[in-house]
Amino acid sequence: MLLNWRKTVNYVMLSATGVCAFVAVSALFVILAFLLYNGGKSLDWNFFTQLPKATGEVGGGLANAIVGSLEIVGLASLVGIPIGFIAGIYLSEFDDKNFAPLIRYTADLLNGIPSIIVGILAWTLVVVSMKHFSAFAGSIALAVMLIPIVTRQTEQFLREVPMSLREGALALGASKWKTIATVVVPAGSKGVLTGMILGVARIAGESAPLLFTALNNQFWGGINEPTASLPVMIYYRAISPFDDWHRQAWAAGLVLIALVLIANVSARLVLSRGISMPRG
Amino acid sequence: MAAPLAVSAPRARTAAQTGDLVARLIAIIFATVVLLIVVLLVFELWIGSGASRHKLGWGFLVSSAWNPVTEQFGALPFIYGTVITSFVALLISIPLGVGAAIFLSELAPPGVSNALTFMVELLAAFPSVIYGLLAFLTLVPLMRSYVEPFLKSHLGFIPLFTGPAFGVGYLTASLVLAIMTFPFIISVSREALLAVPREQREAALALGATKWESTWDIVVPYAKLGIYGSIFLGLARAMGETMAVTMVIGNSPEIHASLLAPGYSIASVIANEFAEATTGVRSAALVELGLVLFGLTIIINGLARLLIIATTGKGSKRP
Repeated sequence: MLLNWRKTVNYVMLSATGVCAFVAVSALFVILAFLLYNGGKSLDWNFFTQLPKATGEVGGGLANAIVGSLEIVGLASLVGIPIGFIAGIYLSEFDDKNFAPLIRYTADLLNGIPSIIVGILAWTLVVVSMKHFSAFAGSIALAVMLIPIVTRQTEQFLREVPMSLREGALALGASKWKTIATVVVPAGSKGVLTGMILGVARIAGESAPLLFTALNNQFWGGINEPTASLPVMIYYRAISPFDDWHRQAWAAGLVLIALVLIANVSARLVLSRGISMPRG
Repeated sequence: MAAPLAVSAPRARTAAQTGDLVARLIAIIFATVVLLIVVLLVFELWIGSGASRHKLGWGFLVSSAWNPVTEQFGALPFIYGTVITSFVALLISIPLGVGAAIFLSELAPPGVSNALTFMVELLAAFPSVIYGLLAFLTLVPLMRSYVEPFLKSHLGFIPLFTGPAFGVGYLTASLVLAIMTFPFIISVSREALLAVPREQREAALALGATKWESTWDIVVPYAKLGIYGSIFLGLARAMGETMAVTMVIGNSPEIHASLLAPGYSIASVIANEFAEATTGVRSAALVELGLVLFGLTIIINGLARLLIIATTGKGSKRP
């Protein structure tokens, strides 16, 4: 009797954990299905080529937001990737006793800060001093988010390069920086590049730090002007009362999620092992 | 022949040493940028909130007034909203996340477990505005017409489920946050469970425990620090979450006991009001809210990291 009870508990609880896993995984498919259905029927050629129409008018596209996103994310990558990359080399190759752990800790700290707070930083640094909103301010915000991601990813993948490769180069008489430049970095380049792509994919989806730095724009925006971006457009289109704008939000959501999926799945395939997701 | 060699060898070494020194210096300078950003962030948040800290003092944290016209600002409705939505979200995502992590580490074969974990981790890579989009256009109408009326008619005697069904509000925000936090809980808890030595399971099973008893009484307690760590990680993420919450919480700076009522959170009020706040006490008050949020997430993240470090690296990887 007691054994039966224990067996029942066993089956019930183990099945319950299976149900939990099923619910968790199915959330992914429900989200993708909604985006594919609603985004798929809304996506058309105009979305990529047309400017937004005046408020409430039907039609038009989000070409300016696509270009704006490329502009902001591109500039953020130009600033953030080199800094993060070299900082990552420092953590993996120079690894000083006291300073390196401090940098590692601050990088993790920065990684865990809500993105809206990074927006406040870019606002006080760039928007207040330039006295206007700009794509540049948005890029700075995103670069601040990108730096710790690239730093930690670079460190992680360079550490996976076998120590014997470094020792071989050093034994042949190469200096340390030559060893790093010609042996360590090329050997770890696949992982490092993948980490960079994942980082860029992550900041490309950020909207909170752009709300009051790059702001938004119904027209094309220069680097020094308020500029539209896809995530911010999704936000404003989704909360608007117009059905046609909801349609555009779905289409933009589908485009954004396609980018994120491509980056993550290809990273998984390239590394053919579990990706480390950005934690915190 | 020997003389030129003897002369050139030290020179060559010096050049290489100088090169290394320069390389090291450059690397240190770039690494310092990371540190500088954090220092700058704390400095700007402290300076930027100066006007509000001087004018409103500690009362800011416990006042619930929010009136830009009379320059009265209080953080309480926002802190309340952030805390209550994160709390309810964790009530949902902890059982779900830990349950799924147990399934993935103890029951599923390694191949299946890795594939499913990758899918769950994809959820963590989705931009938060995507969650907001889905929640605002599909979940909110669903809550308004079905879930909230149902809760009111069946559980309306509890103060938590009273008031009109708006669709937006604490409960909807909590649901979205639950979906956004469980990937973190699953991924980190699974790793903590996988780090439990195989012998622990075998000993329990050999003593006649069922699979569930061995898991729940032996394996889970062994991995509890890592599981707590994953929960704190999820909590930090929930508290800092901006876009998805802003779109579904209702954006009303009041405190309500009912979960169905619209509220506000720290991150959402910054997102909504910062661009229109001209310099002055109002923007300083928003920066101070940012400072509060910064402090909260730093503490919780730090705790999560300590707990996770404490559990990783011991034990075998697979049962």
